[in-house]
Amino acid sequence: MYVAVKGGDAAIEAAHRWLAHERRGDPALPEITALQLREQMTLAVDRVMAEGSCLDRDLAALALKQSRGDAVEAAFLLRAYRNTLPRFMAAEPLDTGAMQARRRISATYKDLPGGQVLGPTFDYTHRLLDFTLAAEGAAPSVPEEDAEGTGPMPRVTGFLTGEGLMRAEAPDDGEAPPDLTREPPSFPASRPLRLQALARGDEGFLLGLGYSTQRGYGNAHPFVAELRVGEVEVLVEPPELGFAISIGEITVTECQMATQFAGSREEPPQFTRGYGLVPGQNERKAMAMALVDRALMARELGEEATAPAQDEEFVLLHSDNVEATGFIEHLKLPHHVDFQSELEKLRSIRRRWEAERVAARKEAAE
Amino acid sequence: MATRPEWISVLARASAEEMESLAGTFPPYRRLRGPETGLTMLRGRAGGDGAAFNLGEATATRCTVALADGTLGHGWRLGRDRRAAEIAAVLDALLQGAEGEAWQARVVAPLAEAQRAAREQQSRRAAATAVRFSTLGTMR
Repeated sequence: MYVAVKGGDAAIEAAHRWLAHERRGDPALPEITALQLREQMTLAVDRVMAEGSCLDRDLAALALKQSRGDAVEAAFLLRAYRNTLPRFMAAEPLDTGAMQARRRISATYKDLPGGQVLGPTFDYTHRLLDFTLAAEGAAPSVPEEDAEGTGPMPRVTGFLTGEGLMRAEAPDDGEAPPDLTREPPSFPASRPLRLQALARGDEGFLLGLGYSTQRGYGNAHPFVAELRVGEVEVLVEPPELGFAISIGEITVTECQMATQFAGSREEPPQFTRGYGLVPGQNERKAMAMALVDRALMARELGEEATAPAQDEEFVLLHSDNVEATGFIEHLKLPHHVDFQSELEKLRSIRRRWEAERVAARKEAAE
Repeated sequence: MATRPEWISVLARASAEEMESLAGTFPPYRRLRGPETGLTMLRGRAGGDGAAFNLGEATATRCTVALADGTLGHGWRLGRDRRAAEIAAVLDALLQGAEGEAWQARVVAPLAEAQRAAREQQSRRAAATAVRFSTLGTMR
């Protein structure tokens, strides 16, 4: 029970003004702009955009500035903003096979059509603090291949499904997929519903769950069949036009994780794939999502489901950080009356307990 | 010559400033709808090629205009740039008219070329990070 509390107005006003002051930091230093955040804190912006489930890098950068860099608070701000906008229509499914990849690697094949393209990665850096970044410097130059760019990059999973060694995806039935933003999840959840929840889920939660599957909580021996990061076209078909148009590009990270499956009476032993697709550049989350997606297939594949990552209700109902933070942080709201009634109950229980103890002692003494 | 879906795609990726500086002044037109910003739900496919799922919503802006002769133009783009959506709608209408080819040459062709060059630059940067495996024998 929450009680409307009056009288805090002046305190709240003062607190918010102090908050604004703290956000600004030392006024002798230049104020950071949302544009600078968008361009230079790109991965933080991408995370906010994905978890706020509102793909707009400018809005995510603004939210990050407003939240003083608190990613979950920023995601919360984006969700609230999103609620003020009408939904025009759904876009056609993104064709990640036609991605203009900046990065594409496979841990399962050394040589593959399209090659291993490292792109702008932290991998192979030495993780030593670079003190030259503490000073302002000139913009670094980027090497470019003189002759030609990258060629087509067919999906690695295509090679394996072509040979029949990897389970093919169930074909699209043409139905509109379920939408968590319109109706709460029901269980058992379909794969499209699970993937939607995971794509907007908290990176840290998915990382921990994904890690748990590697450590034996759920039986996974995964390989990164393919990881790609790049731009994909967004196509919509507005009724006023009657044909599909491309309205821009969005950066996404995609991970295909191959995991062995022992087979069943109907299906031969083969590889299965866990799938991760995350807006923006976020390999850690795309990989964790793919691990959890695969773990959640346990029921369909007839595998024993004993680990937290294989429990879809547990995973889906706790992966959303905006919901989770709302429920945890609501504990800060006044619970004065609730607590008073608990206190009353506790006092009366204590009185009874003490009376019983006195009586027991008396009995023992007699 | 670009087809209508092609020029709509080019205009959707150009900034308001780029389009205005190439186009100059526009003939009179009426706004019929918008410009207005809303959301479009983006979808992915399980495994990249399976059943569709909802990935998350993106902001999008659209606008519909009519020229004096009644030709309709539509502007659609990701993001929240209303001015750019309106300019794209006007250009879409002009590109369908008798002067369409001249508008293509003046506005669409240079924008398309700049966008192609940007894509090619990214592709060449990616190619420079492609791993060239070599055996120890050839590394001497």
